[in-house]
Formats: sequence, C-alpha cells, structure tokens
Amino acid sequence: MTAAAPTRADPDYNFAYLDEQTKRMIRRALLKAVAIPGYQVPFASREMPMPYGWGTGGVQVTAATLTPEDTLKVIDQGADDTTNAVSIRKFFQRVAGVATTEATAEATLIQTRHRIPETPLTEGQILVYQVPIPEPLRYLEPRETETRKMHALEEYGLMHVKLYEDIARHGHIATSYAYPVKVEGRYVMDPSPIPKFDNPKMSNSPALQLFGAGREQRIYAIPPWTEVVSLDFEDHPFDPGGAREACALCDARGVYLDEVIVDDAGGRMFVCSDTDHCRGRIEAGHVGASAPAAAPHGAPA
Amino acid sequence: MTAFAAEALDGAFADAPAEASRAFRAALDAMSRPGTLQHAGGARPPAPLPPAAGALALTLVDAETPVWLAPELRAGPVEAWLRFHCNAPLNAAPEAAAFAFGSPASLLAELDRFAIGTPEYPDRSTTLVVLLDAFEGAEAELTGPGIRGTARLALGSSRAEILALAAPNRALFPQGRDLFLAAEGRLAALPRSTRLREV
Amino acid sequence: MYVAVKGGERAIDNAHAWLAEARRGDVSVPELSLAQIREQMTLAVNRVMAEGSLHDPDLAALAIKQARGDLIEAIFLVRAYRTTLPRFGHSVPLETSEMAVSRRVSATFKDAPGGQVLGPTFDYTHRLIDFALAAEGEAPEAPTAPPLAERTPHIAEFLDAEGLLQSEPEGGETPSDLTRQPLAFPADRALRLQALARADEGFTLSLAYSTQRGYGRNHPFVGELRVGMVAVEAEIPELGFAVEIGEVELTECETVNQFAGSRTEPPQFTRGYGLTLGHCERKAISMALVDRAMRWKELGEDDVGAPAQDEEFVLSHCDNIQATGFLEHIKLPHYVDFQAELELIRQLRREAEAAQAQARAEAQAAKEAAQ
Repeated sequence: MTAAAPTRADPDYNFAYLDEQTKRMIRRALLKAVAIPGYQVPFASREMPMPYGWGTGGVQVTAATLTPEDTLKVIDQGADDTTNAVSIRKFFQRVAGVATTEATAEATLIQTRHRIPETPLTEGQILVYQVPIPEPLRYLEPRETETRKMHALEEYGLMHVKLYEDIARHGHIATSYAYPVKVEGRYVMDPSPIPKFDNPKMSNSPALQLFGAGREQRIYAIPPWTEVVSLDFEDHPFDPGGAREACALCDARGVYLDEVIVDDAGGRMFVCSDTDHCRGRIEAGHVGASAPAAAPHGAPA
Repeated sequence: MTAFAAEALDGAFADAPAEASRAFRAALDAMSRPGTLQHAGGARPPAPLPPAAGALALTLVDAETPVWLAPELRAGPVEAWLRFHCNAPLNAAPEAAAFAFGSPASLLAELDRFAIGTPEYPDRSTTLVVLLDAFEGAEAELTGPGIRGTARLALGSSRAEILALAAPNRALFPQGRDLFLAAEGRLAALPRSTRLREV
Repeated sequence: MYVAVKGGERAIDNAHAWLAEARRGDVSVPELSLAQIREQMTLAVNRVMAEGSLHDPDLAALAIKQARGDLIEAIFLVRAYRTTLPRFGHSVPLETSEMAVSRRVSATFKDAPGGQVLGPTFDYTHRLIDFALAAEGEAPEAPTAPPLAERTPHIAEFLDAEGLLQSEPEGGETPSDLTRQPLAFPADRALRLQALARADEGFTLSLAYSTQRGYGRNHPFVGELRVGMVAVEAEIPELGFAVEIGEVELTECETVNQFAGSRTEPPQFTRGYGLTLGHCERKAISMALVDRAMRWKELGEDDVGAPAQDEEFVLSHCDNIQATGFLEHIKLPHYVDFQAELELIRQLRREAEAAQAQARAEAQAAKEAAQ
C-alpha cells in the first residue's frame, strides 16, 4: 500500500493550486449546496491544468475543502492505482503537500470517480464525487432553462414516465448506474455514475458528500444523516443488484465486483472493485478461489 | 497613523491559504452538522465583531459579495476592518446582500428584506451572520439534514430572536436564508433546512 | 494466475517521457525556436491567443510547441495558465475606430474614407503549392506606403448617419464576466459575444455557414472587416485618468444585414458583430453571422428553429476546451459502469430467452392439445 506523509507544497503555486478568490467563490457555493441538499448550485468553474471530463469539478471541490492537516485518498473505479486516481493524487501531493493514503478508514477526504468505498464511511469524513452530467433530467430534456423550471416546480413526472417505460419494455428499470435519487423528499439528484449497487450507501451516511461538475459548473451536496431514496415504484421497488459471485481473491460477497477476462478463451473471474477493501480482507486472512498464495492482490507485481 | 487605522490593518490571517482553509472547514462542518459548535480562529477583528465572524468574513467575503452591515457595525472600526481586509462593497441594500452581519435584533428588524433566492435559483439568498455573546443558556432543539435524530444548541437570551430569524425558512424551503451564529471563536450554523423549537 | 494491474504511476511517467521524445522528433533536424513559431506560424499563434483569451504571442508560441502543433491542446494550455494570473484591473473599452489598420475591406461600398486596404491576405492567391518555399529562400520585400494619417472611420457610421442602420446605443453597465460568473440563460448579447470570442473557430464557422444555407438566414454583407493594432488603455486610480499600457492586434467584423422590419422595428439594416484577438478573420466573420442569428428575439424575428438561433445550444457547445475534455474523457476507465451494464444486459437476455422458451412450450402444448 502506498501512503505518504505530508510534504512541503510546491512554492510556485498557492496552497491547493487555486487562488484564494477562486476558493472563496467555490466555498460559498459549497455552503449553499449543503444548506439545500440535492440542489445544483451554479459556480464559475475555472480551467484546471487537467481536461474537463477528468474530474475538474471534483478537483476544484477538493482544492477548496482541503486543509494542510487532511489525509487524502483518491479512487477511480474503486481503485487507488488507476491512472486518473494516480494523477489527481500526485497533483494534490505537489500543490497542497497533504498526506495521502489508500486506506479508506485513515482518509479524512476521499475524492472518487464512479464508486463509494465498501468500508463504511464515518463521522467527520468527506466524500467528493467527480460528476460529468449533474442534471438527472438532462437526457430527458436537454435544455437547462427547462430542467431548472422542473426542479423549481418539483415537476418530476418526466423521470417517472421514463422509468415506467423501462418497466413496460423490459420488466425492470433499465438504469444500472447514475440511478436517480431523491434527496430529503425534495430534489431529484444525479448520484454521479456510481453503480446503483452503491446508491443505498448515500442515505443517512455519517459522512458529508460533495459533488463537483466542472464543465457543467455545478456543485451539490448531501449533508450527513440525510435521507436519499432511489426512485422506484410500489410494484417495482428499487433493486441495487450486484454480483452473485464472491471475489476470487478475498472471497468477499455483497461487494461490487469487476469482471476480468483472464485468457484468450474468454475465461473470466470476478474481483473486488474496491482494491483497498480487498487488500484489507486478504491481510485479515480471507482467501478467494483464485487467490495467488504468494502474491496477494495489491502487492507490487 | 491613527489608532483607528492601525486597528483596521491588523488582525487578518497570518497565513491566509492555510487559515482560510481551516476556517472554511469549520464553517462547512457547522453547516453540515447543525447544532455543533466549531472553532473558527485566526482572525482578530475589532469589537464587537466576534473573532469567529471575522474568520468567516476573511474566508467568504470579497469584492464579489455585497455585504449589509447592521447599524451598530457601520462607520466604525468593524466597517474599516472589513473594507480593508475583504475589499467588499459594504453598503449593500438588504435585498442585494450576499452576507448580512449584525446582532439578532438588528437582523430581525430587516429580515423580510433579505433575499431568499428564487424558485429556480434558491441559492441567490442572503446568508445571515448573527453575532452573539456566547453559546450558553436557553436551548433550542434542532432537526433536519445533518442531524442524527435531534440536536441541541444553547442560544441564551437571543433564543426567541434567532428562532424568529429561522422561522420563515420552513414555509419558504428550498428558498430561504441560511444563518451562521458566531460568538467569540466559535461558530454554529442553522441552514434553511433545519427545523427549530424551544425546549 | 491473475494479478491486479499495478504501476499506474510508472506507466504515466513513461508515457510522459515518450511524449517528450515524440515532440522533439528526429534530433538530426534543428529544433524549432519560439521566435520561429511566433514569426512564421503567426495565424496559428493568433488562433491560440483568440481562443485562449490571452494576448501573449510568446506564450502562445510556447504552447504550440509544447502541444506538438495541436492547436486545441495549445489553447487549453493557455487557458489553464490564464486562470492562475492575478487580475489587477481592466482596460477602458478599446476604440477600434482608432485602429492602425493593416487590412480593411468593405463589401458594401466600392470606396469609403480610409480606402480599401487589402493587407496580407490569402484572398487572391492561387492555391498552388509554392515549391519555392521549400527552398527556404529569402522572401521578396513588399512595397510600403506611408501609414494613413487620419483615423479610419467605421463604414457603419455612414449608414448610421442616414438612419438606415439600427443604432447600437452605448451600454453604460459593466458587462458580466463569463470567466467569473457561471453561464446562465437567457444570456445577454455582451455575454454571447464573450462566449463567441473564445469559441472554437470550426464550430463557429460551421454554424455561420449553416445560416448562409438557410438555417436561420440573415442576409449578411461584410460591411467592414478590419485588422490592425489598437491601443489598450487603463484607468490608473492614483492618476485619475487613463494611460496607454500597450497595444494589441485585433480583427473586427461588422456585418450589415438585410432586415425587412418586424412587429417592433421599422425596415432597416441590422448588424452582426465579431471581434477577436489577433488576425483571425474567418473567425471574426463567422462570429458576426452567429451573433446576428442569435439576435432574433430582440429584433422580433421568428424562431425558425435553426441551430445558430439557439443561444443555449450555441453557448453550451462552442467552447472547444469543454467539448474536447468531455469527448476525450470517454477514454478513461469506465469498468464499473460497464460492469453494471453487463449485468443488466445479461439479466434482460436471460429473461427474454426464458420468456421465448415459455412461449415455445406453450405453443407446443397448445399444438399437442389440438391434436
């Protein structure tokens, strides 16, 4: 596991890269977002030294939220060592000099793309989501002027019609990720492209959840202990789904698994998407069906 | 240099990026967990502005945020201090203010004029920074997002006024006004989503 | 045996090293200097400055070199640098009628005070590859004339004086700032023009072209296209007046558009406006056409549903840094979402197959019962 102690931040840049005026603007938006759970607050997103679509919203939220005392964890697809996660972690090591960790429990601030860690979050932690399209109604109505009105009027019929059409056609709601939720009984919200498997973790979490969409210039939030309900129908209740298999490395069940193709014949195995959770289980002695005896998951190859 | 001017130049963050980040986290924690008291230090504003309110101003207020100051804060050292350190427009009408600083009574006197946002942009509202002497005495019970079950906050003799400041939020939500409460170096928040009652 | 892929950090470092090597190319060929790019790739430098929203030819040249000639990448580098710069103040509005023109043409009048100045244009060149350039010879010297002494008035002023052109009263209010406030709709004209000034040239060109082909046609004439140097002045609070702090090259295009009148306006000519940093005339003309198309509402014209009339569509999609970022991000891992889709599609297929099997069995049973 790679963890790094705090270092001296690059003196060529302001702490956490952004200038103080930009941080104030983002901070004001964050406070409004927390005060109006699930509502998308517009903010004047800045160009960052990484492309839009690479997590610039999450990076700006993290930059405005980090203190020198924080311990940062960055994951993409549940893993700490995917290229995007590595790149963002390195960025903050350089410009903020903060300590980093891969252990969910040790982190005070976690920036994520597409997953919520398996290890339950705790009071005092902050989870920052990278969001591509913050508007849950966007694929049903492309105009911001229209979707803003729908949120203002709490007019979510279009979404229910879409979900019901799914049921009529497929017998299910055919949305497997970015599954829309309703926050504290008011705003319908896009949970970012997490698998619907993760949706239940958002509700009544002890942690603060912040969402940043850089290109679309929106910030939104779920305070701790806030009710988040995945949209469904009485006769078709929300089903988080999930793999029937156990992790081939740590034997975990009830966690989100990646399917990996292992040979030319199409042989496949299922392994934890959350690499930190998997490593923790292996270290605790859990053994999956395909666990290599000498080279546990997560050890340097 | 007069003593008045010297006081205005003093008392900002010594290390702005680090101290503003800590003060913001205090504000964020306060707003995320209504009823909790957070330490917001690093600022030494002139009286009667509590240090926590000074830290909040240094962290959130700038040239882009019109500020309304209660009569008791105008034309004195507090106004000079805010002008020098935040470079903010300080004579905003209540309707146009992004932030309003004042005692519970002063804020209550203008409450109806402070912005509540629009149905489409409920964020375009005035944030009230309520200046208190202490978090002691008579309590209010809080429920809502950020609170596991219920929370309690000691508001003392200002309780009735603070409840009155927050009272319209119930009917206005998602429009409404968010409150920060500052006493000495400590900060609490009552976002518009919080429900209060006397206990 | 499966071992999870590790070493993302090393892979990234190696990729960056390879990029640097590829950027340099064959080391037996002399390296490009920034001065060479700045002086000999001027139109690329100008585009990077215009869409990067930063007037700095040396920085734009460096960005082009660093980006291996990928102009959108270079624009991105300039934008990201720009946001880190402190803002000391703003200039007073530039006076383009005081421009020292190097090029000035009008399609509406054969001649006008100030005259037609063709300047350094491709317009009348035969598009024949010039193999002489490959020989790297000295360029022939261009003849020169003394600079014009008088100011060059805008062509539009003449029409305006006759009352034939819709007047554009000077707005006193400070325009909102696209880089400081989030874009919200409806956007006023100042904000639309700001967005178009930094918009992708290709996108703007295609939208403008679409209006010429009938998707929101607005009958434009190039009233005037001018390119040249304009002084930049800033108020210095301590002095109490404006002083010149430098000069920038600008391209300005004003179109004169036919307008039959509407419910609210008498028949008159109307205008579209384009302005860019540097010499970017294709962009400036395109901008003027798209600007005019988006003005349908204020002029009381019909919304014919053309893409160029739709300010939300245009402004939400004209920025190439936003567009390329979101487009290219689909290269990033999406295993988790793909896995969720895999599970869903397998479930749907299982159910569909089961339903088909049941239907076949029922049909078979019915057939047997009938026999």
